[in-house]
Amino acid sequence: MDLFPLYNSLKIASISTFITFFAGIFAACHIARLPKAVKGVLDCVLTLPMVLPPTVVGFFLLKTIGPFGPVGSSVMNLFGFRLTMTWYSAIFATAIVTFPLMYRTARGAFEAFDRTLLYSGQTLGLSGTYIFWRVMMPNCKQGVLAGTVLAFARALGEYGATTMVTGYIPGRTATISTTVYQLWREGNDSLAYKWVGVNLAISFLVLVAVNMLENRYEKPKGPVLSPLADK
Amino acid sequence: MSLYVKIKKNYGNFVLDAEFEAKNETMALLGASGCGKSLTLRCIAGIVRPDDGQIVSNGITLFDSRRRINLSPQKRRVGLLFQNYALFPNMTVEGNIMAVLAKSGRRDRRERFSSLVKKFYIGGLENHYPAQLSGGQQQRVAIARIMASDPSLLMLDEPLSALDSYLRWQLEDELAKTLGSFPGEALYVSHNRDEVLKLCDRVCVIDRGRFEKPRPAGELFESPETLASALLSGCKNYSRIEFADGGPRAADWNIRIKCAKPIGEDTSHIGVRAHYVSIMPGEAPEAAEENAIPCRVLRMTNDIFTVIVSVHPLGTDPENDFSRIRAELPKGSLGGLSEGDLVTAVIKPGDVMPLRRNYVNI
Repeated sequence: MDLFPLYNSLKIASISTFITFFAGIFAACHIARLPKAVKGVLDCVLTLPMVLPPTVVGFFLLKTIGPFGPVGSSVMNLFGFRLTMTWYSAIFATAIVTFPLMYRTARGAFEAFDRTLLYSGQTLGLSGTYIFWRVMMPNCKQGVLAGTVLAFARALGEYGATTMVTGYIPGRTATISTTVYQLWREGNDSLAYKWVGVNLAISFLVLVAVNMLENRYEKPKGPVLSPLADK
Repeated sequence: MSLYVKIKKNYGNFVLDAEFEAKNETMALLGASGCGKSLTLRCIAGIVRPDDGQIVSNGITLFDSRRRINLSPQKRRVGLLFQNYALFPNMTVEGNIMAVLAKSGRRDRRERFSSLVKKFYIGGLENHYPAQLSGGQQQRVAIARIMASDPSLLMLDEPLSALDSYLRWQLEDELAKTLGSFPGEALYVSHNRDEVLKLCDRVCVIDRGRFEKPRPAGELFESPETLASALLSGCKNYSRIEFADGGPRAADWNIRIKCAKPIGEDTSHIGVRAHYVSIMPGEAPEAAEENAIPCRVLRMTNDIFTVIVSVHPLGTDPENDFSRIRAELPKGSLGGLSEGDLVTAVIKPGDVMPLRRNYVNI
């Protein structure tokens, strides 16, 4: 069994999760501060990839980064390489499809964050960067981590948009999901079952991880002191 | 050192119109919930931007709408103690305080930490997380953390409201010490008259976003001049005043009122504290020197050391809240009184406080 699809899928999912992690957090942070009307519109636009069929996302992508699309043709003219039908093409597709997952869970976590912690940090003279990384992020850790794991899982399983921009080239663009489809088409059920098994195992692990993150009760570290032993 | 605040903030259905000045003192902002007390503190701290006005602390302009000055909260050197103390839950006590000390970059931060630990009695708690601490301990840590930032103005937002009553008196003493040793001004937001009387020099009563003229705390509770300040000072009995055939009448009590202080054109209400109302059984003869109000007993409520008797003057509607007179009497002073009995409520003219409805600006 050639393990290239597993390696390629993990690589694509890791890189696109890395991108959506920062992009999602950035968007979640900044959109919360915008006026209501703008927020509503941007929120719709950013969440759209979650509800659109992946083929529609793939279609738009091909029209943009394809050889005849505005971005695709400019990159070809300027740098001499193509953006579709390569292994990294899938990164564009998976990053767009997984972005809303990261964005929405991070935003939920930030909205639940106690703003007085932010204000008290400011009045104590702490910088915005310090407050964000040392106070806000640690206290929103669970939500942000859950979003990251979900985005990674979705990126691993992405099929529709990926197959449209990368096609299926064994040893070059094949991912686990495109391989399962190809093997089924070829009637190679025994190998398809093996990849299905791999996919099930990864998905199961991811869901267990998300559940553990969501249910984890934040126990106070150490024993709680009695209020009567106040002095 | 001084603080000058004159700001306006319009929320459509609520307008904050604050103006006051404090000089090396603890000034209380006293008002019912939702009157704009906390909002005022947030404007001074730079968390909320006022629509216009000016905030000057120790000669430094923190905010000036005309000169387009709006310092960031970090640059204002204003220490704000939040109602929930706002300690960072992911850091230990030491982490919380050191985060502030480390920013200063000073060499002696370890020594400063030790002296804060000692001063605020938090020794032994250094490695605990805020969730492990009692309310009182959290408050001490929060105040120590504010002192670490070396503020020139200290603002406390209802610091005792989240605590159990048995902790209050103890923390009240500690707060008095902290406020007494603090070199600059302190603003103390509260809706509790006892705290304010014990901890503050002057009081600014806030009535629906409007600031009354600051008055010394003792004087305010001795003789409140407006309806809002009388309510906040714990006065329980009120009647509207109307002028009929030559004299002021307490409209809700159905009597002509005798008052030692002058009742003028701007007097809209009178108030009488529950402690100063005495209850005589049966119908009392018309007394020349006192206000005698024939009443019917509505309810008797037992407190720990006192009995609260609610009565309503005859000829008035008992459903009207102003037409209820509450008398607080020592236990055992009333023999065999029960609901429905006819009594006479007696009020000395010297205990009647004339009140204005409207605030008067500085």
